[in-house]
Amino acid sequence: MIRLDKVCRLFQVGDQEVRALDDVSLTIENGDYLSVMGPSGSGKSTLLNVIGLLDRPTTGTYTLDDRETTALDDDELAHTRARRIGFIFQSFHLVARMTAFENVELPLVLAGVAPAERKPRVTKLLDDLSLTDRSHHRPDQLSGGQRQRVAIARAMVMQPTVLLADEPTGNLDHASGAEVLAAIEQLNAQGITLIVVTHDNEIGNRARRHLRMRDGKVVDDYVGSRP
Amino acid sequence: MLLLAMGIGVAAVIVLTGLGEAARRYVAGEFQVLGTRLIIVLPGRSETTGIQPGLFSGETPRDLTLADAEALRAIPDVERVAPLIVGAAPISARGREREVPVLGTTADYLAVQNTEVTEGQFLPPGEIDVDRAVCVIGANVRRELFGDGPAIGESLRVGERRFRVVGVLASQGRSIGFDTQELVIVPVSAAQALFNSESLFRVLVQTRSRESMLRVRDQALAVIKARHQGEEDVTVITQDALLATFDRIFTALTLTLAGIASISLAVAGILVMNVMLVAVSQRTAEVGLLKALGATRRQVLSLFLAEALLLSLAGAVVGIAVGEAASWFVRKLYPALPLAAPSWAYVLAVITALVSGVVFGMLPARRAARLDPVEALSGRK
Repeated sequence: MIRLDKVCRLFQVGDQEVRALDDVSLTIENGDYLSVMGPSGSGKSTLLNVIGLLDRPTTGTYTLDDRETTALDDDELAHTRARRIGFIFQSFHLVARMTAFENVELPLVLAGVAPAERKPRVTKLLDDLSLTDRSHHRPDQLSGGQRQRVAIARAMVMQPTVLLADEPTGNLDHASGAEVLAAIEQLNAQGITLIVVTHDNEIGNRARRHLRMRDGKVVDDYVGSRP
Repeated sequence: MLLLAMGIGVAAVIVLTGLGEAARRYVAGEFQVLGTRLIIVLPGRSETTGIQPGLFSGETPRDLTLADAEALRAIPDVERVAPLIVGAAPISARGREREVPVLGTTADYLAVQNTEVTEGQFLPPGEIDVDRAVCVIGANVRRELFGDGPAIGESLRVGERRFRVVGVLASQGRSIGFDTQELVIVPVSAAQALFNSESLFRVLVQTRSRESMLRVRDQALAVIKARHQGEEDVTVITQDALLATFDRIFTALTLTLAGIASISLAVAGILVMNVMLVAVSQRTAEVGLLKALGATRRQVLSLFLAEALLLSLAGAVVGIAVGEAASWFVRKLYPALPLAAPSWAYVLAVITALVSGVVFGMLPARRAARLDPVEALSGRK
């Protein structure tokens, strides 16, 4: 479960203070499917970064699975991030000189999982995402949709409880985007908490719960389709 | 570029220390030819008179004589005594003539100098003042005067006298400043007659053991002093002292060269830093990704440090290869110079390379480790 309590995140831009998150309180149940929408600069990426433990709130508290995270040090944050949270990015962020297999394997290497144990886990995930025949290709030999599926596999390989997707279909054509969405929604159906940040209403509306943000505040929060 | 810099640095260390070491060994080798357990007595006080090989020390108050040499032989623990007279004289045989250094000595010279003869035999042992007309010649002299024909038993004119060749010296390089290949050795009394001089160039004294060297040295000084009316007008040198001095000088030289070379390694280290800084800024997004995937600071740090280390190591390997190749080349060009770096130079070079790699890789690695993942991922920094 994710619980944000009066979270603010301030940035200093020049001599101006920007409130990227302004007093956000939010509770997200495990297994929920949430979309975050809003114009550029409304704070949705910052919200995602805070939830993903990449960024710390300036004030307020963030509790992830009954654990207060504000007090954790950098290494504990990295550790928690590795085990509980998977990221998918708009521009994929695959390591260009590694094969698909090695990219997916990377979090396991960082977590110190033994090589013998890594192989079956990576193989199974690539298989689930129908990437088996692509496992020894490098990213530049893959299509956009395939790259994003590799990224999904990499996000899932540590079996996180939360999957965060920042514009996951932003760089993809419609068909590949649909494939990718289907893949992550499938994961959500298996119980993972899915949070998707998007500009696209069509994609946003597929979620169960919808957040709309503006100027760092959550201005709308509803479940199901808007009446 | 980086490999090149590291490689040149390491190669410089190896070649330069190799040079220093070669010079040291060259000199040590020269002295080794003199033989061991050796004490050299030369006329004149070392503080007042410089000694040049081949130059008679006429300016000393009293000459060193054969009688002095005989007196030295009486000192306990002295095994052999070889008096030396040195001069240059024209020699001729079969109508060929040339000018060579002529050495007058006794049969003991062979053992004292650790020399050997390849043909015939050395000067026959016997009374020191019996003037026998025999001589031993160097390998070059033999070849130039007698060619491929027989030399033993042939007649050789040295100055105004005729000698019979009884032996040919083994080529052994240099000995107390003379090339043994270019030498003619005659009995000491013959040399005295030849150069019309009683005075000895030096007296080589070999002791029975290394331990007795110091004692023999002091006694030798005392004996000569007593014979020269209380005047201490000779210099006594032990080979050990000479060797130790040269050893110190050349070790210092080698270390200096190694130091200079190490500076070039440090320069290479700065290059490592540059390359790593570029690598970090080029891979900012990758660092951000690693952090998002749960890499700790320590992991990012060690990743970049490992990279710097590997680069340095590769550089070191290249450097050793280049250094070895250069050494080999120099050895081919100048076989007399035994150019080979001591093993500590290799260790030093590799360690310096790795240390400079780590030290200068540290800053970029820390910068990578400190990157804020959010900014790194978005490429804002």
